[in-house]
Amino acid sequence: MRADHIAVVGAAETTDLGKTPHISQLGMHADAALNALADAGLTIHDIDGVATAGERPTDIAHYLGIVPRWVDGTSVGGCSFMLHVRHAAAAIAAGLCTTVLITHAESGRSRVGTGRGGGGNRSSLPAQFEAPFGSMGPPTMFTIPVLRYMKDHGLTHEQLANVAVVQREWAGMNPRATFQDPITVDDVLDSRMIAYPFHLLECCLVTDGGGALILTAGERADDFAQPPVYVLGHGESVETPMVSQMEDFSSSRAFKVAGTDAFASSGITHADVDHLMVYDAFAHLPLYGLEDLGFCERGEAGDFVWEGNTRPGGSLPMNTNGGGLSYMHSGMYGMYALQESVRQMRGTAAAQVPGAEVSVALGVGGMFAASGCVVFTNQRPD
Amino acid sequence: MSERSQRRLPVPTPETQHFWDGTKRGELLLQRCTECDGVHFPPRPFCPACGHREVEAFAATGRGTLYSYVINHTPNPAFDGPYAIAVVQLDEGPRMMTNIVDCEQTPEALELDMPVEVSYLDASDEITLPLFRPAAPVEGPA
Repeated sequence: MRADHIAVVGAAETTDLGKTPHISQLGMHADAALNALADAGLTIHDIDGVATAGERPTDIAHYLGIVPRWVDGTSVGGCSFMLHVRHAAAAIAAGLCTTVLITHAESGRSRVGTGRGGGGNRSSLPAQFEAPFGSMGPPTMFTIPVLRYMKDHGLTHEQLANVAVVQREWAGMNPRATFQDPITVDDVLDSRMIAYPFHLLECCLVTDGGGALILTAGERADDFAQPPVYVLGHGESVETPMVSQMEDFSSSRAFKVAGTDAFASSGITHADVDHLMVYDAFAHLPLYGLEDLGFCERGEAGDFVWEGNTRPGGSLPMNTNGGGLSYMHSGMYGMYALQESVRQMRGTAAAQVPGAEVSVALGVGGMFAASGCVVFTNQRPD
Repeated sequence: MSERSQRRLPVPTPETQHFWDGTKRGELLLQRCTECDGVHFPPRPFCPACGHREVEAFAATGRGTLYSYVINHTPNPAFDGPYAIAVVQLDEGPRMMTNIVDCEQTPEALELDMPVEVSYLDASDEITLPLFRPAAPVEGPA
């Protein structure tokens, strides 16, 4: 086993997801961390590395009583936790620390202890050259490239809606999913228009929740309570804080860089992938992800999903927890994609993919601003 | 006008002040690298294509095409009903976010790739925003 092969030995979400006004954002970080420690059979004193986003590592380490020798506060949006996994792998391999705790939590719905507010920086480039034109958060910004994609590649409104339909199928198999009732393409297209061409059911939920991961050297992974899930490869990148300045409105450059490096560093091919998570803040993201990771040619992902390849029983099960569209989305969803990959590799997912051995989790940060990609396996690497 | 104080208006920096001075006098300023001739936006005092530190501002034609957009249906006090948040492809190469005015805010009226031209909105005493409106297609020099 290579020195940089690390393993997830603890993984858990917050005890509750959804609407949890009885607990603060910081409190949820701790709840997820303590759940992950119990999952691994470790105590707080075993942790010597801390990574988090949204909150600062300082706040998390102090609140939990951790004395870290390594911290990572990389905060590039909802994929930050994929980057933390990658950075933790390098840090553990370099001997900077042995056991890393990565936490996420966000009181996205109840806004308890979030510390948000104020006008922000009105001189940043996005504030000067995008905000004056009436953007009202991600539903009006993340979605802007899609009409260009639809015209250039023939994606239909029905195919876009169908992404949400398929993910609801998965959510229907997951008792923790916020929305579980089946929906049809017509239901999606009949739901309230948020920002044309996006309807309510093509936009993610806004919920409270969190999750935590514990990672250590792969060679130690057999000593823990849970079956080890190895980190086989990874990649990361950023592109632009302004959606209007993306190089290509039909593709995320950050997805391509992160995905290419994740596949190359893990040595896998597309045929090796049994399970895929693509961060779905909105219905177009899985389509961009499928194409930018190379599972589909440009413009073919709408057909690929329509033909049932990503649904239960399909050739490439994707977003098997129901995704941000139906499972939960607290604001920085990447942690939940990682949690589902780990569950699938442990064989404990609510909608388990039989015999899955390799899982890929692709995250997005900001609005096509950043990306991180992690390849997991439950097979001991060479 | 009701829009004067409702939009979130920018606070220019030393690197962007020339752009906002330009819109106030009815010019859409882009920057060109004196080394590689690359044209860029948003403004910065060096070339993001080659790193050269000498760039010159020049007035763009103000013409372009509608590249992509959404029509926001969530009420916004700065706008009257649903409105498009758009990206235009400028003839000089860069893209910029804007609104499309003098046009129904519907998918039928907002046809991708239709020609547009700049139209200025005095949003405050300090800030004039570059908006765009439909333009007749013209046979121009390449």
